[in-house]
Amino acid sequence: MTDASSRPRAVFYFGTCLVDLFYPEAGLSGIRLLQREGVRVVFPRGQSCCGQPAYNSGYAGEAREVARAQLRRFPGEEPVVVPSGSCAGMIRRHYPDLFAGDPDETAARAFANRVVELTEFLVGVLGVRLADRGAPVRVAWHSSCHALRECGVDRQPLELLAQLSGVTVAPLARDKECCGFGGTFAVRHPGISGAMADDKAAAVEESGAGVLLSGDAGCLMNVGGRLAARGSRIVPRHVAEFLWERTRER
Amino acid sequence: MSAEPRPADFRRASTAALADGPLRANFRRAMDGLMAKRAARFADPVEWRDLRALGAAIRARTLARLPEHLVRLEARCRENGISVRWAETTEEANAIVLEILRRHGATRVVKGKSMVSEEMHLNDFLERHGIESLESDLGEYIIQLDGETPSHIIMPAIHKNRGQIAKLFGRKIRDAVYTEDVDALTAIARRVLRRKFFEADAGISGVNFAVAETGTLCLVENEGNGRMSTHVPPVHIALMGVEKVVPRLEDVPPLYSLLTRSATAQPITTYFNMIGGPRGPGEKDGPREVHLVILDNGRSRMHADRALQATLRCIRCGACMNHCPVYTRIGGHAYEAVYPGPIGQLVTPQTEGVDRRADLLEASSLCGACGEVCPVGIPIPELIVRLRTEAAAPGGASAVLGRGGARHRVESLAWRVWSTVLSRPRLYRAAALAATRLGRLVPAGFPPLSAWTRFRSAPRPARRSLHELADDERIPDA
Ligand code: SF4
Repeated sequence: MTDASSRPRAVFYFGTCLVDLFYPEAGLSGIRLLQREGVRVVFPRGQSCCGQPAYNSGYAGEAREVARAQLRRFPGEEPVVVPSGSCAGMIRRHYPDLFAGDPDETAARAFANRVVELTEFLVGVLGVRLADRGAPVRVAWHSSCHALRECGVDRQPLELLAQLSGVTVAPLARDKECCGFGGTFAVRHPGISGAMADDKAAAVEESGAGVLLSGDAGCLMNVGGRLAARGSRIVPRHVAEFLWERTRER
Repeated sequence: MSAEPRPADFRRASTAALADGPLRANFRRAMDGLMAKRAARFADPVEWRDLRALGAAIRARTLARLPEHLVRLEARCRENGISVRWAETTEEANAIVLEILRRHGATRVVKGKSMVSEEMHLNDFLERHGIESLESDLGEYIIQLDGETPSHIIMPAIHKNRGQIAKLFGRKIRDAVYTEDVDALTAIARRVLRRKFFEADAGISGVNFAVAETGTLCLVENEGNGRMSTHVPPVHIALMGVEKVVPRLEDVPPLYSLLTRSATAQPITTYFNMIGGPRGPGEKDGPREVHLVILDNGRSRMHADRALQATLRCIRCGACMNHCPVYTRIGGHAYEAVYPGPIGQLVTPQTEGVDRRADLLEASSLCGACGEVCPVGIPIPELIVRLRTEAAAPGGASAVLGRGGARHRVESLAWRVWSTVLSRPRLYRAAALAATRLGRLVPAGFPPLSAWTRFRSAPRPARRSLHELADDERIPDA
């Protein structure tokens, strides 16, 4: 249950680079979902990327400069909501290490503590109640590995989907197995990554779902791209966009 | 057996493995089964969390004062009549084993399962010196017959299915009747091995836990071959890495429970041997001599780094490989290393150099499944990233072998440009504008996009970025 006093009146929104450039509608939907709950959403312009691609590739110095630029764009103490478990996990779990011994270490730790993944915030902080306005549909839910294992976001998206009366979540074989994205892994080991993406796409097809949902743009791009290459008609959607589209008043 | 040494090539080997349908099916089936069984065996999340925390603490505390515990172990073993020898390299370890065997005029050896002996390539070495060394663990026996190395640290022949083993036995074992019945196949191997135990001049084994306070060598196994190898021949040589020591006897039960449940989902193994020394006066069985060889082989270097030291917590349960989405698709041989899978991705680059085995470091999506199941809490993905950082380092000293050796000029330049653009708001917005307006024009045939589009449709930037949508919708700026 949410207690009204802990309900923030304003939040910052960190859209992430992939959402900014590839899934802007999903990013805007996340903002809309928050605004509908009476929360003022601030979107600092010039924000870019959490730094994860370079960090995971072993280029910590380059990652740190990008991360530092984000610290500067998010002053204050309001929560920072992120429509990605992977980027939220990067900031929460790895910024303290990335900035260890750096003059910005304290600022980085404070920033890390403010970060919340979108569905986690909608469920845990705002306690949203959704009313479904869409047609019946069967969906498959793919959790990103980092949402699951770095953010501990597992039940929240499913709780939101369960509130939608017309939505059935199809069970997915090996639902917690990685889809093979892994950032630069996908291009460094295309064969292995491709095999993983193919297995995931096949599992989604077998689930009988018409829509593939995820809370992470990277996974969507990967599995969605594989589904398209297989000639599948299954639509990949970011969960924020899906939730907003089904519940908005027209 | 391994032929001419040639540089390891993970890319080639993993590509070949991916194309091998039966191999992939064997691994997928076996790993799915192991994952399901393990999950059932750790059904209570609180019990799992607590036991794992205890296991991690025991291992971390031991490593924090490793030299002290090793000195104590050596002293206690000597008191128990176990001779102790130290080897810094695998060559030294091999020489010690050979010297002991020669002293006894040994020509036939039976072996229990030991990953340290794989590090030493001991069978090859002994064969070259005229000593027959026979693996007595069923899985090890199978791959030895076929001239292979283990593809998994717990189940070395897991890459083979029943039919393949049946054919192998038919080919290699005299008077073996062709059968695909598992019990019958086991009986065939048992018949061969039984005789060998009694003929052997010496037995060689690994060690799962070496207890410092009592000088006891603990051996975990299921087939009784470990007990036979260490008990029947007149000389027993035990091989261990320096990290296998535990301070106290009471440290063993939690680690043992974590090991068996993580490895094979057994609550306990069929055999648990505690070797306290050679046959005593008046005793009717047991070896006349027990030797312990303690191997370093790069472990001191891992130990010297505070974070990387966690590599040495490993109790060799294999859970990280069972749960690895890369390992389950390519199997163990593709890693071209003694230790495959996630733990191998930590051990091998640290032993051989992060420059020489950077290929292994790249072969991870960092999904975190390995770290999630590791019973001693090794943060495997974090350590892989740490080693990638060492491999790409621009210079400076560290304990890591091959530091900076995998830094590519083009790649480091690309990351510098990336960093410059993404850390400057105006520059980023300009680049984003270019990407959304022109990104659709980039042909899919160029790397790295070509690697992506081999399996997927090309990602295309949206026509307008979230920044632009936010401007349109008057979402407030900071
Ligand atoms: S790293 Fe952990 S999971 Fe992997 S073999 Fe070692 S103890 Fe087991």
